[in-house]
Amino acid sequence: MTQSIVVQVGQCGNQVGCRFWDLVLREHAHVNQMGVYDEALSSFFRNVDQRCHCLVPNITENQVYLCACLQAVLVDMEEGVLAEILQGPLRSLFSSTQLISDVSGSGNNWAVGHHTYGLVYREQIVDQVRKAAEHCDCLQCFFLIHSMGGGTGSGLGTFVLKLLEDEFPEVCRIVTSVYPTAEDDVITSPYNSVLAMKELTEHADCVLPVDNQSLVDIVGKIQHMSNTGKLGCAIKKDCTIISGQGGVVKVEKPFDAMNNIVANLLLNITSSARFEGSLNMDLNEIAMNLVPFPRLHYLVSSLTPLYTLADVNIPPRRLDQMFSDAFSKEHQLIRADPKHNLYLACALMLRGNVQLSDLRRNIERLRPTLPFVPWNQEGWKTSLCSVPPVCHTHSLLALANNTCVKSTFFELRECFVKLYRRKAHLHHYLAVDGMELAEFNEALSSISALIEEYTHLESPLMPNAPRLTIAT
Amino acid sequence: MSVVSLQLGQCGNQIGHELFSVISDDSSGPNRKYKQCSDERFFYETSTGGLVARSVLVDMEPKVISQAIAKASKSGRWRYGDKAHFSQKQGSGNNWANGFCVHGPHHEEAVEDLVRMEMERCDRLAGIFTMMSVAGGTGSGVGTYITQRLRDLYPNSFILNQVTWPYGAGEVIVQNYNSVLTLSHLYQLSDAILVHENDTVHKICSRLMNIKHISISDVNKVIAHQLASVLQPAYTADSTCHYSTNPIGELLSSLVCHPEYKLLSLCNIPQMSSTSLAYSVFNWPGLLKHLRQMLIASTRMEEGIDWTVSSPSAVTSGGEGATNSRHKSFNLSLANLLILRGKDVSTAVTDGFKDPALYVPWLKTENSFSTWTSPVAFNGYEKSATLVSNSQSLLKPLDSIVRKAWNMFASRAYIHQYTKFGISEEDFLDSFTAVEQIISSYTHL
Repeated sequence: MTQSIVVQVGQCGNQVGCRFWDLVLREHAHVNQMGVYDEALSSFFRNVDQRCHCLVPNITENQVYLCACLQAVLVDMEEGVLAEILQGPLRSLFSSTQLISDVSGSGNNWAVGHHTYGLVYREQIVDQVRKAAEHCDCLQCFFLIHSMGGGTGSGLGTFVLKLLEDEFPEVCRIVTSVYPTAEDDVITSPYNSVLAMKELTEHADCVLPVDNQSLVDIVGKIQHMSNTGKLGCAIKKDCTIISGQGGVVKVEKPFDAMNNIVANLLLNITSSARFEGSLNMDLNEIAMNLVPFPRLHYLVSSLTPLYTLADVNIPPRRLDQMFSDAFSKEHQLIRADPKHNLYLACALMLRGNVQLSDLRRNIERLRPTLPFVPWNQEGWKTSLCSVPPVCHTHSLLALANNTCVKSTFFELRECFVKLYRRKAHLHHYLAVDGMELAEFNEALSSISALIEEYTHLESPLMPNAPRLTIAT
Repeated sequence: MSVVSLQLGQCGNQIGHELFSVISDDSSGPNRKYKQCSDERFFYETSTGGLVARSVLVDMEPKVISQAIAKASKSGRWRYGDKAHFSQKQGSGNNWANGFCVHGPHHEEAVEDLVRMEMERCDRLAGIFTMMSVAGGTGSGVGTYITQRLRDLYPNSFILNQVTWPYGAGEVIVQNYNSVLTLSHLYQLSDAILVHENDTVHKICSRLMNIKHISISDVNKVIAHQLASVLQPAYTADSTCHYSTNPIGELLSSLVCHPEYKLLSLCNIPQMSSTSLAYSVFNWPGLLKHLRQMLIASTRMEEGIDWTVSSPSAVTSGGEGATNSRHKSFNLSLANLLILRGKDVSTAVTDGFKDPALYVPWLKTENSFSTWTSPVAFNGYEKSATLVSNSQSLLKPLDSIVRKAWNMFASRAYIHQYTKFGISEEDFLDSFTAVEQIISSYTHL
């Protein structure tokens, strides 16, 4: 079993990270009734106390005796969030050395996060990551969770990404980035995002962009469903992807519903690596199959189903509905329009009681409706994991490499240029040691080049290169 | 004589496990001589009396192997050897280059040791039988590397590779690259390549066997059934009064007459759901007629056979005439092997297959066609017939794989994933050339 290490940076990263740990524990407790430290757990946890092999007798009670320790590094430049974690019920999962923090924060300034704090905390971060890596039998992947709009998450987060590439070049880096919306409350978020984008394009293996607006929409949709309660459509209580019930943390905080969605995304991606199934998919296969060109590694993700209906008699058409939903805009975690753009590749990760024939039938059905790039007409990667998520009988995660992400980047670039043209707020960045105006220009050209590459792939059909002919 | 099997990757291990289950079920009938021969071929007996499969399981990640071993022990009738498996922690990531250039060389010694132990346990070795898929990373990449090493170490042994081709509509996005790379290398190393296609087997499951919710194990069971019908003991032309002691050698000598033509396809009839089996009656003429038409119309399933395709009538003029009068989808064969199992097998008349129009003109018919028989009913079917054929029937699927791979290569998509492990663009071009050569040889039969 391979291990993964999670690095969560900044307020957003840490909050999402916490929801992720809570849900992971809930899932494993659900599957692993005996509470014994088994192979599946070893992907995120390591067994600390060799004498006591029991994990958690009663995860629903507040007594959580954990003899397992998380493989994670938590970084934040202000104390509030980390302090909360240290006082919460998940505190026994970490040792205090895994938390790296400072006092004053990065002030929503990418330069402060990247250059100032990067320099100061470089050694400590490398140390912690190395320690975590040493405990792993076989380290496969780093998961980096951060936001793009702030200072620590985007600045220090991308610094950590570069560090991980330098120290562990063969380990895959999957980054979950929360992109700002147009109505973001941080004014300098376009600067922070574009500067961070350059780093992501160059140093990450695979990026899963997530959009706050989409998460809000999904939460709204679920709450609408549970409140209006149409006859026959009653949602099973607490069985939605925004619910954290049954986890360790009892108190629900405001952003929890949205963070749960992102946590579920991470859970589903790793499910096939953790649990058994008839068609396994490891994490390195994600990058292999979905990234045809090294820089074009931004994947649009969508999760279904959002909730389980209370009615147990689910006709088989519900299964087909799940597949169709995965390709509808409402289930995506980023606002984009894949159906009117070109698919470069698509992966379907199924969990639970879904059979091969259902999968093939739905691929046959959906294939004609989705525009694929000409050299990859049947570019599907599929995986089947037999363990369903908690409270659902089956679920589907669709990851698509689609040229529609360029419109998101285009908007981001427009916001950046609006500010940059006026040189607004630039002095805050340039006041930081090590930050130069050239970096802004490079970042701008990097994102422009990326948009250009995506557009190029959409250009009309080039005639197929003639095949090799053998002289007879 | 014994066959040492090598199960590679997820697909290979899943199929291998089903194959041994089918073999052990099939030989548990009343015929003792059959059981003895089959047991000796595929299993060895431990001191405690249990049967252990002569098989080495290889995969780069542990989940599938542990599942296979657990299921085998649960069956109670046979199990895998305790140490006869090799796995690592991290898979090959669907990357042929990773399997061939990194994992293969890294672990070659361990795997070779395991194979050697199995071979030493055999009194006489009939040959090595490997099972793998071509779409993934381990089965295809590591499998090719191991075949290469085994060919170097045991140049006089027969190596028969069973490969599974993936669904046309994608299981793995880079499956076409992996397939082209695997086939180009295997063609030089292997003695024969026995091909199964997931698409065809899936259709068999859905249409003939009426399985509503087809799972991977259903598909694997059909493949195992077809493989077992070839590998189980039979009377051949060389050994008419006792079961053949050289199954793989005889298979190769009847089918692979020229090193440029090594692709073999399988069809097996009848295939139906177990519930309909009790109500069906078969006769040899009917089965053989269907099988013959399936051969010339190139269908590998007993439904949707195109009866309009017919063999050209005997032509007295030269080879030109024969080519022209052939129906355009007529499937020309190099060699066919018919394996008949069941009641009254001696009454079966196989002359339909001896028609010289079915075969290439430069081979004598008596060299192109052979029959094996066995009076023992196979796997619950009172009468069953299998045709192993070296013909043009795999041309279309192979051509489609190469076309898709070439389109992808023309845009250089995913190439960086392969170059980072050591496979360059020249290697790709070499592989494409090799496979185009295979296609060309078969097209111009």
